[in-house]
Amino acid sequence: MSVTPTTPPKSWTVKVREKGVEALPPDKLLPDGQPTYVASWIYVFGVASIASLIVIIGSGCILALKGPAWWHETGVGHFFNSIHLWSVELFFFVMVVHLWGKYWMAAWRGGRGRVWVTGAITFLVAVPCALTGYVSQQNFDAQWISTQAKDAMNSVGVGAFFNLTNFGQMYSYHILLLPIAIVLLVSLHVLLVRRNGVVPPIELEEKLTAMRATSPDAQHPPAGAGEVQS
Amino acid sequence: MNSLGAAVLGAVFNLNHPAHTVDWSFIHLSVANVVVIGLMLIVFVLAILLPFPGAASREAARRGGGGGAP
Repeated sequence: MSVTPTTPPKSWTVKVREKGVEALPPDKLLPDGQPTYVASWIYVFGVASIASLIVIIGSGCILALKGPAWWHETGVGHFFNSIHLWSVELFFFVMVVHLWGKYWMAAWRGGRGRVWVTGAITFLVAVPCALTGYVSQQNFDAQWISTQAKDAMNSVGVGAFFNLTNFGQMYSYHILLLPIAIVLLVSLHVLLVRRNGVVPPIELEEKLTAMRATSPDAQHPPAGAGEVQS
Repeated sequence: MNSLGAAVLGAVFNLNHPAHTVDWSFIHLSVANVVVIGLMLIVFVLAILLPFPGAASREAARRGGGGGAP
């Protein structure tokens, strides 16, 4: 009587690992080069947004540790308060230029729809994150903004559970819930960019499409498109 | 604080007045926001037009057969 060898069932950790490596092999996750077309200033604003976000989170952690009396009444507190404000200004500035650049190069091409959508949602989540920051300042500016903005919230029917005049709720949204959402969305956005690759210029993709039409076996991009820069 | 200290620490621009705004039909924007939007447009155009440092030399190296290596 023969015994049929059976493979042991895979644990969930093995399944997750295999799925992860399949979706994002190490050389795709942490590449050592990018296509030559990435050597353009218009491709800089995505990473500039991430750099701004890191400064925002770092300065925000310091502000959270020290508290409102410190950021309103001491010189160092004013400094970090300003760092936090201006890194937010820079974040939105470079994120909008990044958005414009990706919009005009139709960056959702080539199966990159989810990359575009996660970026757009990140922008939409960043807006209330900034708003809750303005109303968490603990000064007259915060009072003015909260009493003005509550009318906008009430007019769209969310004032009952998103109360701009409730400092505790706004502060929790600002330093916990919305930053977690943004970090998760940005992480997903970057992983999707790694998986799909940086979107090529439109004219390059047209060349590639034309080349594939004339030679269906051709899988390689036109000269220069797929070569990496150090 | 003496007047000199107040002058040094004061805002570069006089902010002791209601905000200046740009009004056109239903569009109602503060001048400060219009300036920021203008700066974003300028940066966007410059990012497209200005050459990226080292891009030309990389392209020349690639055309010369040196490309492909990471």
